Amino acid sequence: MRVSAGGARIDRGRVLRFRFDGVAMTGHPGDTLASALLANGVHLVGRSFKYHRPRGIVSAGAEEPNALVTVGEGAFAEPNTRATMVELHEGLVATSQNRWPSLSFDAGALTGLFGRFFPAGFYYKTFFGPASRWTGLYEPFIRRMAGLGPAPTAADPDHYDRVVAHCDCLVIGGGAAGRAAAAAASGRVMMLDEGMPGADPPGVTCLWRTTAFGRYDDNLVMAVERVADHLPPDERRGPRQRLWQIRAKEIVLATGAHQQPLVFPGNDLPGVMLESAAVRYLNDFGVLVGRRIVVAGEIGGADALRDAGAEVVHLPHVLAAHGGRRVRGVTGPDGRRIACDALLMGGHWQPAVHLFTHVGGKVAFDAGRHAFLPVAAEGQPRCVGACAGELPVVAPVAPVVGPKAFVDYQNDVTLADIDLAAREGFVSVEHLKRYTTTGMATDQGKLSNLNALSRLADNLAVAPGVVGTTTFRPPYTPVTFGALAGHDRELLIDPARTTPLHGWHVARGAVFEDVGQWKRPWYFPKAGESMHEAVLREGRAVREGVGMLDASTLGKIDIRGPDAAALLNLVYTNAWAKLEVGRCRYGVMLGEDGMVFDDGVSARIADDHFIMFTTTGNAARVLDRLEDYCQTEWPHLEVWLNSVTEHWAAAVVTGPRARDLLKGAVSGCDLSAEAFPHLAWREAVVAGHPVRLYRISFTGELSFEIHSDARHAVAVWQALWAAGEALGVTAYGTETMHVLRAEKGYVIIGQETDGTVGPHDLGLGWAVSLKKPDFIGKRSLARPDMQRPDRKQLVGLLPDAAVPEGAQLTAGAADRAMLGHVTSAYHSPVMDRPFALALLSGGRARVGEEVFARFGGAPVRCTVTEAMFHDPEGVRMNG
Amino acid sequence: MLLIVCPHCGPRDQTEFSHGGEAGRVRPANPEVLGDAEWTDYLFMRTNPKGVHKERWCHSAGCRKWFVTGRDTRSHGWVK
Ligand SMILES: [Zn+2]
Repeated sequence: MRVSAGGARIDRGRVLRFRFDGVAMTGHPGDTLASALLANGVHLVGRSFKYHRPRGIVSAGAEEPNALVTVGEGAFAEPNTRATMVELHEGLVATSQNRWPSLSFDAGALTGLFGRFFPAGFYYKTFFGPASRWTGLYEPFIRRMAGLGPAPTAADPDHYDRVVAHCDCLVIGGGAAGRAAAAAASGRVMMLDEGMPGADPPGVTCLWRTTAFGRYDDNLVMAVERVADHLPPDERRGPRQRLWQIRAKEIVLATGAHQQPLVFPGNDLPGVMLESAAVRYLNDFGVLVGRRIVVAGEIGGADALRDAGAEVVHLPHVLAAHGGRRVRGVTGPDGRRIACDALLMGGHWQPAVHLFTHVGGKVAFDAGRHAFLPVAAEGQPRCVGACAGELPVVAPVAPVVGPKAFVDYQNDVTLADIDLAAREGFVSVEHLKRYTTTGMATDQGKLSNLNALSRLADNLAVAPGVVGTTTFRPPYTPVTFGALAGHDRELLIDPARTTPLHGWHVARGAVFEDVGQWKRPWYFPKAGESMHEAVLREGRAVREGVGMLDASTLGKIDIRGPDAAALLNLVYTNAWAKLEVGRCRYGVMLGEDGMVFDDGVSARIADDHFIMFTTTGNAARVLDRLEDYCQTEWPHLEVWLNSVTEHWAAAVVTGPRARDLLKGAVSGCDLSAEAFPHLAWREAVVAGHPVRLYRISFTGELSFEIHSDARHAVAVWQALWAAGEALGVTAYGTETMHVLRAEKGYVIIGQETDGTVGPHDLGLGWAVSLKKPDFIGKRSLARPDMQRPDRKQLVGLLPDAAVPEGAQLTAGAADRAMLGHVTSAYHSPVMDRPFALALLSGGRARVGEEVFARFGGAPVRCTVTEAMFHDPEGVRMNG
Repeated sequence: MLLIVCPHCGPRDQTEFSHGGEAGRVRPANPEVLGDAEWTDYLFMRTNPKGVHKERWCHSAGCRKWFVTGRDTRSHGWVK
């Protein structure tokens, strides 16, 4: 009910129209949704989580546990917003939650009648058994019964901003204490406050409607500013919310305190609210929360309600509250019933120490104030005002045992639940929290933790300070995912790296796959072609004619200095000192634990100059590792590293007709096998541009990689392509690349390896030089575990039918003991049949045997083979 | 998110750095001569102290230099 006078925050000269559950109502600018509902006589605004009890507005601020509503419609709808924090605007639409079919009649409230079946630990005592029972029965049940508001299914149409700021002093809380602290601070001062704009202290950067929700190491505060939520949708400009990431030299907490509810049967009825909230609704909004008001406990400022026209009865405490969808009366301490339409709880006050404790701030129990107060410490924020304990001293009111005496409103935890948990032995406050779910709702226990742990202390006959508090964690209040994501959504969620040839691939209709941040052509389907058909066509083209692949994403590290060869000798398993200029070599890089970390070819450009090729996904990690060793373990090495991945574009020309193609495009280089053998590199010219040609093969065919300056990549590629057209050159993508390399048994790091696979396991023992005195990981290769004959080893499989990657391998069709797994599985273009690579326990000794691949369906019989399906002698590659 | 002081560039957000684990472990000059137990100790064992922990950081999105700094595992606070 709106009274005729008072209401410092509202503008009575203007009327705003809004709807709650479809009913048209009015309020004024400055109202919150909660104050406007109360002005319209609405107390019942929601149903509780577990028992579907009718619930009303308890507080006037951020601590509100009950009045959760959905604000907005369609894609703009935001569920679970606290009506006490929603600013009213013209046309606002709010909807109550967790009720069916309607707020006033809710079928789920029947569960309240069965409350004895839902005691503390109900979830742990009831929902167990086979997994099928969970997905088929329990989860649908819980989702239907214990819902908060549903999230909209459409994409969020709003956008969100993010700002990084630095300041000398950050004051959190814009009340009297906060403003005084901000005015007294020097340097760059910022002040944040959750509420509507107030007076800005001079010289202070103030952010209103801004909630600091988390404090992190080294004085970092995260806050969310509600930029446009208080405006009607058609007046909103710019971002809806803005995430602030503020690094401060000093932090001052002026976050105030929360009055705590009293605990007695019926303390959750609509119309039962905090005494301080009723005073605030009168003073700030001119709203009287009832006509016949009982105040229990501390009367505080509630005398003012009498002046505003209400009958006010003050009692030291009440034994119970009565009513249904609204409180109708109380039982006083003498057992007499008193009629009322509002009951105010004058409990003690607990400072809002959440931000203080986020980074290790300690609190201590103050018996006089019956509250946990922050303990000042080096490196912790300074607290001022109510947050520091400047609070009225309020005698605690003992809880009244009985049915439906709630400790945690939002999670429906009663006094009896706390007692039961204590009896069952959950005497640590952290266990109590998890067992009863006290303080685990979206309100994070702002109005429940103190009462719960006080009750636990009573059960244990100790002081609350002995029981202690649970740890508060961010966020202080719920934060929208939109604000956290900011602009990092859809295409902007991660940078996309494209090669200089990307446009050519797009024009050719390539389907792309993500490899790390790179967009790589996956395959090039012709009209009407499936992926399977495209990959078979591309693969046959390479095996029978000539294909071209964009390999520009290959990691490239330029290594220079007199000790360049010495470095490679230490990081690769094989020998590098004697590699001639003009030649290339394949190398395997291990971790110190002896497991394969990366592989690739490096080429000697000059005596003191190599270029190292890494796998696409590992390029940054390899460079980091080399930097680490060069700077920390081997600083005596004179060698310098640079990432040149983007500087060089790379085109692979491969297939029996690769040399024929190159002859039509390359000048300045003798391409004959005698002059330019496999694993050599030469300088040449393509389309007038200098290039490096490398004879490296990842397909098993005659192959050349043509590396050019990225600026000339398109011209070089087009010249090669033009030379290949008469030969039927075919562009192929990463899928075909994978199939062809698997036919040759070439491993892919991260596919055949998982950090537990050594070089000998992969059959790469030929690339390990045990004659070298040292290389990274060498000592680990001699560990007993690396010598076990039953280690998983790379083998090939010829399965009777297609098997998926990851399928488990067993010895017999009915066996369950796992011998290994399939790492790569494809359909071979040449054999025209499925084949696979696998890691198999003692695999090399099992060649010729049968194993079974299991993946859910009928086991598939596979013949174990060498990991080599194509040209084992390498005649084609060396041709 | 930590605020880390790169000795070359100054204070920067943690996102610019990569962590390299405990500092002060020196790779043995000649791993070949170590027994399995000694090598395993170098590979896997860390001190995990309650108190000052010297750790390696690399300013990987900045100057790429590795450096050592200390942190008190009780308070998360930086120590020299
Ligand atoms: Zn730096």
